[in-house]
Amino acid sequence: MSKHVVFPLKDLPPGNRKVVNIGGRPIVIFNINGEVFALLDRCPHQGGQLSYGQLTGLVEASEPGKYCYSRPGEILRCPWHGWEFDVRTGKSWCDPSRIRTKSYNVAIEPGSKLVEGPYIAEVFRVTVEEDYIVVEA
Amino acid sequence: MNVASLGGIDCDIHPALPALRSLLPYLDDHWRDAVIQRGVHELNSIAYPDNAPITARTDFRSSGGRPGSDLDLLRAHTLDHFGSKAAICNCLYGVQLLFSEDMASAFARALNTWIAREWLDREPRLRASIIVPLQSPERAVDEIEHWARDQRFVQVLLPAMADLPYGRRTYWPIYAAAERHRLPIGIHAGSSYRHPVTAGVGWPSYYTEDYAAQAVGFQSQLTSLVCEGVFSKFPNLRVVLMESGCSWLPAHLWRLTKYWRSLRMEIPWVDRSPTEIVRSNVRLTLQPIDTPGEEELLKTIDHIGTDGLLLFSTDYPHWQFDGDEILPAELGADLIRKITVDNPLETYSRIKETLSS
Repeated sequence: MSKHVVFPLKDLPPGNRKVVNIGGRPIVIFNINGEVFALLDRCPHQGGQLSYGQLTGLVEASEPGKYCYSRPGEILRCPWHGWEFDVRTGKSWCDPSRIRTKSYNVAIEPGSKLVEGPYIAEVFRVTVEEDYIVVEA
Repeated sequence: MNVASLGGIDCDIHPALPALRSLLPYLDDHWRDAVIQRGVHELNSIAYPDNAPITARTDFRSSGGRPGSDLDLLRAHTLDHFGSKAAICNCLYGVQLLFSEDMASAFARALNTWIAREWLDREPRLRASIIVPLQSPERAVDEIEHWARDQRFVQVLLPAMADLPYGRRTYWPIYAAAERHRLPIGIHAGSSYRHPVTAGVGWPSYYTEDYAAQAVGFQSQLTSLVCEGVFSKFPNLRVVLMESGCSWLPAHLWRLTKYWRSLRMEIPWVDRSPTEIVRSNVRLTLQPIDTPGEEELLKTIDHIGTDGLLLFSTDYPHWQFDGDEILPAELGADLIRKITVDNPLETYSRIKETLSS
């Protein structure tokens, strides 16, 4: 497990997503209202690319007919079969203990901290003025 | 297998009303007069036609009347023969065919009274399902409340198909009453024949089609009960599918659970998989075994994922098996005991309490 500086935060404004490849693993990174999340870009069901999925809210019910909508934008639906995944944990809604996609620690770090290392950022230069997305993978 | 030593709880037998006139003593003055004045016919549907083989085994037929209408024969053919400790009477007389709520209520009350007086009072091994006028959920609840204090009534009886899917909230007062009184909802093959039994494709031509289509009706009802949230609202409610067969259940649950995984946000009150809900809240009676052999029956139980769902039944006097071939011996003693005794007692707490007392 090592930390990878994947790209500057300005390349991923809120409401956007981006797929990066870290050590052969496709990882999708979301910026949801300024918070960033990283998941393996592969549905554990049949391998659909989660990066093409819709972000929606969590729909629950206190009883039949009483809908409770919370956590807007934090539930990812696989584009293939609509299974729901929690972007914070990678766990599926339908079977959270058995069906989950890998979730990675991800952080926004200031360039001033990153230039000290040890980080892997092979394809671009880190400058002290910018913030960067760092994935632990 | 020595069937007389089974000592089971027979969860589905069918005492038959000899004729409409047998109800006359139990109808109130108005309806007794109305039956006579109007010349009301028997409330027979196209289900179980009198001479169809399935309606009664040849050795269960007698010259003296409709199969299942004679208590002494019923004792000899089924209670004594299979050594049953208790048996649940599901009278299929066609109260559900009526359109009038008032008439259906009067006939349901009369039929339940007839069962209590002519069967339950005369044979202590017998229990019964409460027939309810489904035409009016309010009156159906009245009927449940009327009989609930009599512990010999152990279930509420509904036909497999009626006006609306059973998950609809119109019917919820019935489920609330049933849960309150620890009465499972027993859904038995049959229909009020409001709609084609072959749902959505139009009326079939032959009885073979009608009987085979019952399984599809059961699937639709089960789906409706799960998806509309009946088991979420009434978590202690038990539903027993009677004469439904069981071979279709695993495939249907695979399909329903698959789509629930994708579409559950539409029905968020279904917060467990349909398969789990069925395992905890739904039971099925044994006969007719609709797998081709015992190997497929065991595979079906394996696919369902629990051996706690099947409930012993003879379906007397319907012709579902020959001689003593009620249960394949290959199932083994433990499973046979579960099906004949443990599962029924776990399902019908009223029977459990009255048998041990």
